[in-house]
Amino acid sequence: MINLALVVGKTAAPEATMFWILAPLAIIAALGMLLAKKAVHSAILMAWVMITLAIFYIAQGALFLGIVQVVVYTGAVMMLFLFILMLVGVDSADSLKETITGLRPIAILAFVGFGGLIVSLIGRATLGHDAVGLDAANANGNVPALAELLFSKYVWAFEVVSALLITAALGAMVLAHNHRVTAKPTQRDLSILRFRTGSLASAAGLPNPGVYALHNAVDVPALLPDGSAAPTSISAMLEARGDVIDSSPFQLGQAEEVEGEDK
Amino acid sequence: MNSANYLYVAALLFTIGSIGVVVRRNAIVVFMCIELMLNAANLAFVTFARINGNLDGQVMAFFTMVVAACEVVVGLAIIVTIYRSRRSASVDDASLLKR
Repeated sequence: MINLALVVGKTAAPEATMFWILAPLAIIAALGMLLAKKAVHSAILMAWVMITLAIFYIAQGALFLGIVQVVVYTGAVMMLFLFILMLVGVDSADSLKETITGLRPIAILAFVGFGGLIVSLIGRATLGHDAVGLDAANANGNVPALAELLFSKYVWAFEVVSALLITAALGAMVLAHNHRVTAKPTQRDLSILRFRTGSLASAAGLPNPGVYALHNAVDVPALLPDGSAAPTSISAMLEARGDVIDSSPFQLGQAEEVEGEDK
Repeated sequence: MNSANYLYVAALLFTIGSIGVVVRRNAIVVFMCIELMLNAANLAFVTFARINGNLDGQVMAFFTMVVAACEVVVGLAIIVTIYRSRRSASVDDASLLKR
C-alpha cells in the first residue's frame, strides 16, 4: 500500500511550498470569518479553514485524521451549522453595536497579547531533540497504528467518549423537542375559525391570479366582478419585488379590442 | 521547513477564534469561533505527534473531534431552543437575570 501522506512528509520542499501557500490563506479566511457581517459568509470561510487543516493533517502523516476532518467537520458539522443558520434566519445580520462599552478594543488587545505570548513561547521553546517524524510509527499504515492505540491504551477513553456521544444525541433530542401547550387545531376548528374571524370574502379561499384566456400568469392580479384588480390574488413576495403586471389592459372593454387586433 | 511553523499557525488560529468568541454577538458565529479554537488545538496535537514520533497526539486529536461533534449538536440545539422562545440568536438578548 502506498502511503501518500508519508511521501509528502518525507520530501521537504513540496511540503514547504504547500504550507506557505495554504497557511496564509487559512489565516486570512479565519480573519474573514471574524470580520464577516453575515453568518453564512463566516460559515463558508470556516469550511475553507477546515479543508486547509485537513490538508495540513495529511501532509503531517495523519492520513486518517485528515479524512475524518473532511468527513466530520466540512461534511457533518458545517452542514449542521448551515442548517441551523437557515432555520434561525440567514438574513439576520449581526449588530455591530457594542453592548458593553470598550469591550472590543480591550478584548482585541488582550487576545493579541495572548497570541503574541504563545507565538514567542513557541519561538523560544526547545525540545531537546530534533523532530522525529512519523515514518517509524506509520510503518504499517496510519490507520492500523491508530487503531492499535485506540483499542489498547485508550480503550477506556474510547468507551467514555461513546457514552458521551449517546448522551449528546439524547440531550439534543430533549432540547429540540417541542412541547405543545395547547391542543392541535383540527380541520373542523380551522374551518370554524375561517368563518368567524376576518371577512367572509376570504372564507372560500383567496382568488387565483391571472385573467382567464388572456393572461393567466402568476404576476397578473385577477379581475374582480367590477373590473378592478384583486390584490389578494398575487403573492406578497411578487408585489414586494415589484414584479406585478398591471391587469387593466385585460379588462373586458379593452380585451375585445385586443382580440379584434389579433384577428 | 521547520515543523514548528504549524504551531505558529495553530496559535494564530486559536487567537483569532478567541477574539471572535468575545467580540461577536451572533451565537452561531460564536460557536464557529469555538470550533476554530478546537481545530487549532487539533493542529497543535498533530504537529506534536509528528515532532515526537508517536501517534498519541493523533489519538487525542481524534477524541477532540468527537467531543467537538457532541458540543456542536448540544450547542446548536440550545441555540434553536433559545431562538424559539426569544426570536433572536444574539447572545446579548438572552439576559434573563438582568431584568
